[in-house]
Amino acid sequence: MPHLAVPRVPVAQRKESAEPEKPSIITKDLTAYFGERAAIRDVSMTIPQQAVTAIIGPSGCGKSTLLRCLNRMHETVPNARVDGDVEILGTSIYGEGTNATAVRRHVGMVFQRPTPFPTMSIKANVAAGLRVDSKQRLANQAEDEIVEEALHRAGLWEEVKDRLNESATAISGGQQQRVCIARALATRPRILLLDEPTASLDPLSTQKVEELVYHLRETMTVVIVTHNMQQAARVSDRTAFLLAGELIEFAPTNQLFTAPKDPRTEAYITGRFG
Amino acid sequence: MKTLRNRHWISGAMIGLTYIAAVLATLPLLLILWHLVKKGASSVSVAFFTNMPHPVGEAGGGMANAIVGTLILVGIACAIGLPIGIGAGIYLAEKRTTPIAQTVRFLSDVLNGLPSIVMGIFAWELLVRPAGHFSALAGGAALGAMMIPLVTRTSEEMLRVVPVSLREAALALGYPRWRTSISIVLRTALAGIATGALVAIARIAGETAPLLFTAFGNQFWSTSLRQPIAALPLQIFAYAISAYDEWHAQAWAGALVLITMVLVISIAARFVTRSKFGAAVD
Repeated sequence: MPHLAVPRVPVAQRKESAEPEKPSIITKDLTAYFGERAAIRDVSMTIPQQAVTAIIGPSGCGKSTLLRCLNRMHETVPNARVDGDVEILGTSIYGEGTNATAVRRHVGMVFQRPTPFPTMSIKANVAAGLRVDSKQRLANQAEDEIVEEALHRAGLWEEVKDRLNESATAISGGQQQRVCIARALATRPRILLLDEPTASLDPLSTQKVEELVYHLRETMTVVIVTHNMQQAARVSDRTAFLLAGELIEFAPTNQLFTAPKDPRTEAYITGRFG
Repeated sequence: MKTLRNRHWISGAMIGLTYIAAVLATLPLLLILWHLVKKGASSVSVAFFTNMPHPVGEAGGGMANAIVGTLILVGIACAIGLPIGIGAGIYLAEKRTTPIAQTVRFLSDVLNGLPSIVMGIFAWELLVRPAGHFSALAGGAALGAMMIPLVTRTSEEMLRVVPVSLREAALALGYPRWRTSISIVLRTALAGIATGALVAIARIAGETAPLLFTAFGNQFWSTSLRQPIAALPLQIFAYAISAYDEWHAQAWAGALVLITMVLVISIAARFVTRSKFGAAVD
């Protein structure tokens, strides 16, 4: 594997990640508002490194909002604000003087519906995260190598290797979503946030994405929001259950699904509501 | 079964009506083009494009200075109108409902409705009177001011159509807000904005009133920005109201050339900004 350029990681984060036991993300009394209404309230959790954490819950419980607070995307909505704190690899991302854009460059995100940039080719789409800083533009060959690696990891290389310069909208929905995943992976983030990534995909693409997520835990921290409990059980190490904006239970996946401590969790996973 | 056959018949009749409506809508344009070709084609020749206007009685006159003049005026107007219009469109699309944005939108609509001769007076007051002479710059400025509201509105509409999800995808990658607007959102909306710009160009290319006391027209060859300059609409106007058949024929030819120019600009620019990958937003 050729040596590839890795985005510069701030010193504080580098120090923390040397110890694999240290948690990846810590939220402290996280509360997110849309105007006056709190979508999530006082959520405190510790997400471990190099593991897949799933967030489940009924529609409207605040799963996506919680996820979007982790890379400061929540505040891009008008009238939205966040109280409390989130620490990523030891550094507070809501602290004084922190730059939201810098945070987002170190945390990857994939959305529910595929969003390839329609005027760009597949290659340009995957490389889009690399071209964010025009002053630090990589040489073409280095960029090509990173694009190829990202597409390999997303399980899409064989299908698109002959069509890299074609429009990203000319491929199927499942392939587009995997292009978006490759796009997020290309910048080699330490943390990957997935917001119901397989919600609009066919079963075959869903399976491929789940396999990918399962293998990603070797190199990064993954947080995946899903409305599909079986998916959470399949791919995650720990699962968090949210209800009406509150964190009800957060436990290893096996334990949460076989012996939940809270009666509300049990009611949800046995299908009594949801 | 009889009702079903009735419904098929009615459906067919309605479709037929829509076809007829389409034909009726394009008919005026086709009639104008045909009429222009019939009347003007005979006077259009190479000489028409290369020669200066000749005095009555001398054959072989042309409108070379007017054609070049129109191109220069449209160029100045674009240099003023496009950056301001697209910039204002971006601003309005970003800050949709703030009081300032609403005011800007309202004023833009008011400006759109101003009579073109008022634009000419405005440019005269600002650029001709202090300078003491007519100029191409003043004419281009008047046309540019007319372009601004058109380009602003269509740019805003085209930018709004870009889904929020695209913008969010760019932000999540770490694009700063302004780069998101320009590199991602603007690029996606580019074909639509180009169409809007072309509609604006087509509109101002044929405007006569604002040029009456700004560019003023020029019987001689001039490409200087500080001098009065000839323009096709002005020349057509001068020739059309004259008493000479020769000049009337030239006026027809001028009108035909003007419409053809607008057509060529439209096709050429559409071709240039056509994204290699099609501008479809899913």
